Amino acid sequence: MQVLESKEHYLALFRQSRGGGAPSWLSRLRESAIASFAEQGFPAPGSEEWKYTNLAPITSVPFGRANGEGKTITADFFASAFVEEGSARLVFVNGAFAARLSSVGGLPAGVRVVSLRAALGENDGELEAYLGRSARYREQPFVALNTALMEDGAALFVAPGCRLETPIYLVFVSLAHEQPVQSQPRNLLVLGAGSEVKIVESYIGLGTGNYFTNAVTELVAAEGAVVDHYRIQREAGRGLHVGTLEAHLSERCSLTTHAVTLGGSLVRNDLHVVLDGEGAECALNGFYMADGDQQVDNHTEIEHAKPRTRSFELYKGILDGAARGVFNGKIIVHKDAQKTDARQTNKNLLLSDHAVANSKPQLEIYADDVKCSHGSTIGQLDGDALFYLRSRGIGSDEARSLLSYAFASDVIGRVKIPALRARLDDYLADRFGRN
Amino acid sequence: MLEIRNLRAKVGEKEILRGVNLNVGAGEVHAIMGPNGSGKSTLAHVLAGRENYQVTGGEILYNGKNLLAMSPEERAREGIFLAFQYPVEIPGISTTYFLKAALNAVRKHRGLDELDAMEFLSLIKEKIKLVEMDQALINRPLNEGFSGGEKKRNEVLQMAVLDPHLAILDETDSGLDIDALRIVAGGVNALRRPDRSMVVITHYQRLLDYIVPDFIHVLFEGRIVRSGAKELALELESKGYDWLKSPTAALH
Repeated sequence: MQVLESKEHYLALFRQSRGGGAPSWLSRLRESAIASFAEQGFPAPGSEEWKYTNLAPITSVPFGRANGEGKTITADFFASAFVEEGSARLVFVNGAFAARLSSVGGLPAGVRVVSLRAALGENDGELEAYLGRSARYREQPFVALNTALMEDGAALFVAPGCRLETPIYLVFVSLAHEQPVQSQPRNLLVLGAGSEVKIVESYIGLGTGNYFTNAVTELVAAEGAVVDHYRIQREAGRGLHVGTLEAHLSERCSLTTHAVTLGGSLVRNDLHVVLDGEGAECALNGFYMADGDQQVDNHTEIEHAKPRTRSFELYKGILDGAARGVFNGKIIVHKDAQKTDARQTNKNLLLSDHAVANSKPQLEIYADDVKCSHGSTIGQLDGDALFYLRSRGIGSDEARSLLSYAFASDVIGRVKIPALRARLDDYLADRFGRN
Repeated sequence: MLEIRNLRAKVGEKEILRGVNLNVGAGEVHAIMGPNGSGKSTLAHVLAGRENYQVTGGEILYNGKNLLAMSPEERAREGIFLAFQYPVEIPGISTTYFLKAALNAVRKHRGLDELDAMEFLSLIKEKIKLVEMDQALINRPLNEGFSGGEKKRNEVLQMAVLDPHLAILDETDSGLDIDALRIVAGGVNALRRPDRSMVVITHYQRLLDYIVPDFIHVLFEGRIVRSGAKELALELESKGYDWLKSPTAALH
């Protein structure tokens, strides 16, 4: 399938999906999004924002709607998806809410979390106020596609001042067999003033088939909210994943994100944070690990729109085999955003001669009283460190694993949920042959 | 225990060791002194198996075995320990984790059972007293942000835990104030044993006030030019190293 035909394929999917009964604001949003997608199409090969990532695996296959796959899935996969037993969770299978795997009992009164489909069915007024307002579907073709085709996902509303100690997990399982399957999960996270919440999005693929997940999350935080957001992605071997997080922060908000990419054959993460209130801050942590011919592309964009905003960013990747890792970190400091403090670091560890890393910081600074720094490294394991370990009796292979593990644990150690951190740590230890 | 015969080694195109001969018997402490650039650290690293140095001639027998045929980890498992002049910082692994992995690799090689976490913890608690080190340090990333003194104490702690037959101390006194030097040297002295040999490499005589050697050798331009008892250190202290540069010095 050519790129053009692929676009037609999704336009046809959209025409098939139009049913009656949707509120008019939603129909307008979808129409506007599909028009935008029709105009933009899929990014052309070599286009600036998609320079290093070959989209052919996505555009060359006519991914269809799931047709009942995964109805018999049981909760056995939770541990592989890093989900805690007994946690509050919404689970989606091939994009559709699976009530029998979900559980949201025990949440405080100020927290409302429901499936997006259910909320849309009730024509929830709050949805209209937020859905599609931060997501940039006019500029981003995959966001446009998701906005046009979205059916389900999580809608979370946290009341002002409500502090939630335990995390909420949003779990997206893809399961494909012979038929290539796509899903367009859409999440809306609306956090009231002074609220505190931890949200874990976990994407996992089961089965051996070909599938495409195009997920969009909109996060809107009112003043003083404290948000800890995780996006853990462990797609299956043939999984294709494009994920977008659009975060909009008001005064004194504090957002921490963790983007952990472990699986999938092609993964693109777009993360856009707007620091749109004085004193707002964000810390973006990323870890990616790829081998074989996996492609992992992380694009982040932080907009300092108001004075005295701060951002800290640390992305680290380990690339083996013939894998490619891309990091593109854009920081925009707007004219009025004086006293901005932005720090960005990207480090890549290459474990093979065929692995490739592309790292690009992009700073656009329109204010004059700011502190911005960035640093990027691409390299192999440190020879001095290897010798140090070996000189103590640790074998060469084990020393390499240990140093790779050490490289990763610097980022994974920033995970603030102890159970999740332990699970990720176990995963890494396994992957580096330490268990 | 250790016999070095006519050892030659180079880094890149530069020959650093130009025929070193040295015999170290069981339980003996040998000091190797010499000016900067004489090849002291090269000798230490060649003994530990650093691959950046190319051995171009001679041989090293360790307990009768050909040391140069062994990988760095084999040497360590066979009981060789190098205390680094510049210990490496490794963010992401704690001293405890690293040292447990190392000890178990060594124990496995020696046919001993691996220690579990509890057993290891009680061992390290006992050994840490030797170097008067803060226990919180060993749970922090290895050497990261450690002061010079803390790094050297950590080296001696590792030596105590790994229980080597031959310890090579490379400029262990560098970067230490007098209190840290006293503690580090005290730790080393506590580890002296009739079946454990040591090679102490230093530029200054100062360290040898604390770790008193049985023999002293002077390394100059890649060869050992003088050997003697501990009094030789005092002679070097008063004369400096400049006298070595006279063409006939080596004959005295």
